[in-house]
Amino acid sequence: MNGPQRLQGGRAPLRLLPGSLRRRAEGFADRHQSLSVIITVVILGLLLPAASQLPILNGFGHINDYVDGYANAGVFILLALGLNVVVGLAGLLDLGYAAFFAIGSYTYAFSASPFSGLALPFWPLLIIGAFVAAIFGILLGAPTLRLRGDYLAIVTLGFGEIVPIVFLNSDTYTKGTNGISGIYQPSLPAIPGLPAFDLPLIGHFNGTLGGSFGFGNPWPYYITVFAIIAVAVILLYRLQDSRVGRAWMAIREDELAASAMGINTVTTKLLAFAIGATTSGLAGVFNASKLAFVSPDQFDFTVSFTVLAMVVLGGMGNIWGVAVGAFALYEIQSVFLKQLTIFLHPLGVPVLSSIDFVQYQFLLYGLALVGMMLLRPEGLFPSRQRKRELLAELKGVDEAEPEFAPDEPAVTPEEPHA
Amino acid sequence: MDRRSYQGLIVPIALLVLAIADFIYLQPLQFINALTIGGIYALIALGYTMVYGIIELINFAHGDVFMCGSMVTMAMLTGLGFRGAIHQPIELIAILIATFLVAMVVMGIVGVIIERIAYRPLRNAPKLAPLITAIGVSFILENIIQAVVGPQQISVPQIMDPQSQVSFLGVDVSFVKLFVIFIVIALMIALQLFVGRTNLGRAMRSTAIDREAASLMGVNIDLTIALTFFIGSALAGAAGVVQGLYFGTTNFQLGFEAGLKAFTAAVLGGIGNTTGAALGGFIIGFVEVNATVLGYSRWAEAFTFTVLVLVLVFRPTGLLGQQLAERA
Repeated sequence: MNGPQRLQGGRAPLRLLPGSLRRRAEGFADRHQSLSVIITVVILGLLLPAASQLPILNGFGHINDYVDGYANAGVFILLALGLNVVVGLAGLLDLGYAAFFAIGSYTYAFSASPFSGLALPFWPLLIIGAFVAAIFGILLGAPTLRLRGDYLAIVTLGFGEIVPIVFLNSDTYTKGTNGISGIYQPSLPAIPGLPAFDLPLIGHFNGTLGGSFGFGNPWPYYITVFAIIAVAVILLYRLQDSRVGRAWMAIREDELAASAMGINTVTTKLLAFAIGATTSGLAGVFNASKLAFVSPDQFDFTVSFTVLAMVVLGGMGNIWGVAVGAFALYEIQSVFLKQLTIFLHPLGVPVLSSIDFVQYQFLLYGLALVGMMLLRPEGLFPSRQRKRELLAELKGVDEAEPEFAPDEPAVTPEEPHA
Repeated sequence: MDRRSYQGLIVPIALLVLAIADFIYLQPLQFINALTIGGIYALIALGYTMVYGIIELINFAHGDVFMCGSMVTMAMLTGLGFRGAIHQPIELIAILIATFLVAMVVMGIVGVIIERIAYRPLRNAPKLAPLITAIGVSFILENIIQAVVGPQQISVPQIMDPQSQVSFLGVDVSFVKLFVIFIVIALMIALQLFVGRTNLGRAMRSTAIDREAASLMGVNIDLTIALTFFIGSALAGAAGVVQGLYFGTTNFQLGFEAGLKAFTAAVLGGIGNTTGAALGGFIIGFVEVNATVLGYSRWAEAFTFTVLVLVLVFRPTGLLGQQLAERA
């Protein structure tokens, strides 16, 4: 892989910028990849709440409602980033991704709630929850990743079904359907003596930083989740550009050839699977602490499929694309469809006024999955390299776009029944 | 007797012993229940295994085709104005035949359309692509049905009186259950004959073994694959009718779980192997009924998936072995 591609992490968002500014920014991004990821996330993190105060949007809710929604969207961005490693990079279809989310959530619920009597601190548990999820990922992956790829889809689907059932039926340990409530909120050491000030568009800062996160205020969660996302994006770019990342992509393209090149396919796939599970577990811990409540029905198969739709829509294998896809889809399902329903009902149009659009979000996902795969398999925001590969495979290598870098291996179309 | 044929006997004998032990352990009534439920899974599993055998695709939408089949049954019987049991034998038989025909043909056509729109354009694409469209198709089917009939449990007119019983193996068994078992076995035999004895069946088998060679021998690949989808979906449609007759109720989410269990059945028996799928379906039925009898009905699904994982780990080719060659 050549130089510029290795540093795509910083470059990708810069495509939005105009000419000369873009070239300069790209130069900076190439030199300081991690820093530019942080800068991008901070800018986006400031822009989002500000955008919700724009004249058209601010009618729909208070800024804190928006920020709360963005924090929830952040959870899905994390989930999508993790699943992207499994589906997008390694090419393994994981349909039980919510199981690891559930495991992370329950890990936190067991460790910091009145129900269990424990009150362990949030920050180390963030890591521990992720670790526990990773262990389950390895336990599930180790036997099944040796098999043909499509078996993995069905085993993970089964696993995704079993885990909520286990949490549901182990009443003694999980309170069954009622779920565990009153989970403790995260807290930070309070920093005294900060001045209160107003930020234009974004809101009022009252001078308190730190302490318990509490319920009424979504901002600490918002900042935390975007910080986690920034770290995750940096780590994922580093992984993707590393030897392991190249091994994942090699396996995705041709497992047999990859193993012939000396890649241990089982451990490499297992690593992808474990990293996906880790991210999901991390998101689970965060989500449990934010909602202060876990119950088995938060983790049914719809979560797994929603995240899959996010990854497919954003562009499999493209970190920024997947993040944008996740954010867009979350906002569509939680804000747009709801507002559309509220907006259309009073109009009195015969059919439209009786439809609850939120109910049909999965019709939308279904159409999106089929449509994307048929018309634009590289996703709405494709990674340049993945696009070339997918198109090459669909067209056959002869007709593939001639922009293959000389050091890039040509991809042969999969033999129909080789 | 050489070693190979000796090994081949182990599985059937072990299963026979288990079945006899289970028959002694379970009430005969529960034994019949297991056969009935297992029969429905077996019918769905046949569709999975045929499609997988021929194009190596887990057709996630197949469970929903089954669900649509039960909805067609519901629509037809309700539309004809039936409310409960039909007591005139001739009328009953005529209506049953008509219902099966309509549900099977309609679902068969739906299956062909799904293949044409969602799978055929992706036949040479990376394997992940058709899997993802399959999930999408499953969503679309579920949501269309939800939009049409609503999210609640919907009752299907039970045109065969669940109260009418016959004496069988010394116990009173409701006639519906025996009929279900009969129809399932009849359809399986018909399928075996079709695949084994006809030219179209031979085309299907040769396409499964080597698509290119088959096409060089003059087999119309597109037609054969469409035919496979037609037959598989028609069997799922028949399973939908059986669901309606036996349980008298259906729901738009029915297909998800049933599909998962049926796929487990197909893998258990050896995917690509139609006899194996039937066998697997019955085994899953027995696992569930045993779990219920033992008082673990809430864990029945967990047992099923545990079976799936264990089979995949210890015998990935399934009990009867795959008919297709194992590929990396």
